[in-house]
Amino acid sequence: MSSELRELYQEVILDHGRTPRNFHKPEGANHHANGHNPLCGDRVTVHLKLKDDKVEDVGFEGSGCAISMASTSLMTEVLKGKTVTEAHALFHRFHDLLTGSEDSAGDAAVDTDDFERLMVLAGVREYPMRVKCATLGWHTMEAAIGTEADKVSTE
Amino acid sequence: MNTLAPLAEARRESVFVPAFDAEAARRDFPILATPVIHGRAFLDSAASAQKPMQVIDAVRRCYEAEYANIHRGVYELSALATKNFEVARDKVRTFLNARESSEIIFVRGGTEGVNLVAYAYGDKFIGEGDEIILTYLEHHSNIVPWQLLAERVGAKIRPVPIDDAGELIMEEYEKLLGPRTKMVAVTHASNALGTLPPVKQMIEMAHAQGAVVLIDGAQGAPHLKVDVQDLDCDFYVFSGHKVYGPSGIGVLYGKKAHLLAMPPWQGGGDMIESVSFEKTTFAPPPNKFEAGTPHISGATGLAAAIDYVTKLGLDNIAAHEHALLEEATQRMRQIPGVRIYGEAKNKAAILSFMIDGAHPHDVGTIFDHHGVAVRAGHHCAQPVMERYGIPGTVRASFALYNTRHDVNLLIEAVDKVKEIFK
Repeated sequence: MSSELRELYQEVILDHGRTPRNFHKPEGANHHANGHNPLCGDRVTVHLKLKDDKVEDVGFEGSGCAISMASTSLMTEVLKGKTVTEAHALFHRFHDLLTGSEDSAGDAAVDTDDFERLMVLAGVREYPMRVKCATLGWHTMEAAIGTEADKVSTE
Repeated sequence: MNTLAPLAEARRESVFVPAFDAEAARRDFPILATPVIHGRAFLDSAASAQKPMQVIDAVRRCYEAEYANIHRGVYELSALATKNFEVARDKVRTFLNARESSEIIFVRGGTEGVNLVAYAYGDKFIGEGDEIILTYLEHHSNIVPWQLLAERVGAKIRPVPIDDAGELIMEEYEKLLGPRTKMVAVTHASNALGTLPPVKQMIEMAHAQGAVVLIDGAQGAPHLKVDVQDLDCDFYVFSGHKVYGPSGIGVLYGKKAHLLAMPPWQGGGDMIESVSFEKTTFAPPPNKFEAGTPHISGATGLAAAIDYVTKLGLDNIAAHEHALLEEATQRMRQIPGVRIYGEAKNKAAILSFMIDGAHPHDVGTIFDHHGVAVRAGHHCAQPVMERYGIPGTVRASFALYNTRHDVNLLIEAVDKVKEIFK
């Protein structure tokens, strides 16, 4: 097997693809968005529980290839406890990582440990056709942040 | 034209007597010798076929020596271009065995052909409460134009279901047919599963109810001998790029009576008889439906492609592709964890499958690494994917230039996927 392919399909990715983490709708989630890649049919729904501009909880549902499932799964792990600003910054760094651009490389708002966790997806860089798979969940997360919060239940 | 010459030569060279010499044919396709494809298996011809030198040369000759606008100039070059364009039309007529070349309309591709019929025939002859029968096998291009029509006029879409093997359930078709059925639009060959529906029988049944029938020949024309008179279909569409011709050119065949009764679709030059601000009268078919300057070199290229496959023999090509399909299918069946979708009795050379635990897109990427180009996804046929409850499949499609070597690579690539997705 070639080294690029091995880098793309690392054990961590295969593992998250097979058994995605936070694969549910968290209790109290108040922001939701659906993401769909009409070219390949991948679908994800991202649920966020935002409170005071902070991601208290995050989960997702959907189906797709190993890359999109793993990327979304890893995203949910690193986003918990982040502010909305930090979430945006992380996505920009991640996006740059996949597309090979360096625009936001020095972004101070990004936690180094979190970013290192996402580095397992760096192999996608060699596969421009697959960048959309790796970013579907992230775009959906951004859309969810932009939605209006659910009305607070008085139950 | 001596079509048997290359065959006779192959027979002399080998004890094994192939009906068709794919290795020789491969040499006609310059792209197969380029580094991107050389030594690799191109198994995505159902999406678009590669082009033989004969087609490339014809397009080149058109621009180099025989190009001017058609149907206009009185000068010699325009007359020559016009003649070539009409010769191309007549080649298509022969290819489809249509009665008259005025029944052959050049369009951009199969999709435009379906849209033309949905607008020009549909808007006039299909109304509120009428029914349009489609099938679960259809490509989006033979679904969406009818849905748009149904919305415009208030008609209803009635799809014919398929069984697990991917065969149309004919009893259901019979039940759906009725006095309200105005149109039946069905594929000649399914692009996602390969199924060949019994179109001749379906056309007969539709006609008995007074409905007209459009056959989507996008996957049919490259693999099957088409005889529109024998089929008795009302409309037939296909795309040039899938029969080894250029992209951007396709054909709509329509029975003359329909074409005469239909209003024009697009207005412009070339489709009129006379124009004044009070009233415009239209040219007879086919010009009525060919507004504007057409894809002149595309028609020339398509004619060269038709010459090419005719010379090789459509039956020979079909037999060759079928042998590859059979071999690939048999070998795939023996691999644990591989599921084949579409096991109809009569199939075009399309093999759709899934590998347990691996999403089609991941399979496509790994295949590519192993030198195998396939289509992965829903193949613009989402209803059939939903029918099986799957997001998509991996599709290998065989063309005249594929060989057993390609089948070997395909099988090896499956092993690679299984290595990664254990």
